[in-house]
Amino acid sequence: MATNVYISPEPLSLDGVYQSVVDEACGGICLFVGTVRNHNKGKAVTHLDFETYDAMAVKEMEKIAAHCIETLGAKKVTMAHRSGRVGITEIAVIIAVSSVHRDVAFQACQYCIDTLKETVPIWKKEHWEDGSYWVGARP
Amino acid sequence: MTDIFCFGIAKDIVDQDIHQIAIDGLSVGDFRGILNTKYPAFTELKGYMIAVNQVYAKDDVIMTAGDEIAIIPPVSGG
Repeated sequence: MATNVYISPEPLSLDGVYQSVVDEACGGICLFVGTVRNHNKGKAVTHLDFETYDAMAVKEMEKIAAHCIETLGAKKVTMAHRSGRVGITEIAVIIAVSSVHRDVAFQACQYCIDTLKETVPIWKKEHWEDGSYWVGARP
Repeated sequence: MTDIFCFGIAKDIVDQDIHQIAIDGLSVGDFRGILNTKYPAFTELKGYMIAVNQVYAKDDVIMTAGDEIAIIPPVSGG
């Protein structure tokens, strides 16, 4: 299958995602790895908690991945997202795209992460030493 | 009574009474109106979507008993 999307409560395997898009006909693989940073808007972040609407999130991710293959010309696309508690420097999301030439892989990879952030029902709660909040909920 | 899933900040805004809202025959727009009146905190968000059976629904979609309804506050994955 050319698309592979999932949400996992366990740490994501960079090599597993990479291997899932390897293709004999492709000359390039583009990987985007989203990691948890230790600060946001001037506050020290201790960790994140991801809440996911699993069934719908997978459907929305599948639409994004399918667009990359059907419209952008990518060969294989994998999108993997964490759920639950994710610590500083840990991986929150991995996008991998293989294509015959590199331009499509770069373009599709960016499309995947940008669109995921806009449409996929996943929510990030940012935790600090003295509190927490749902990212992006309020103006 | 229909299951109404609430995620992220929506879970902090609602209470158990949300499950008393009779959604059968209600449009998504009317449902939003009820939510905004019952829980004014919804109007303070950047916005929110309603998903019906795991698909984002426009205001004119009519909901029926047995539908899977979800309140989707601004997403922030990635």
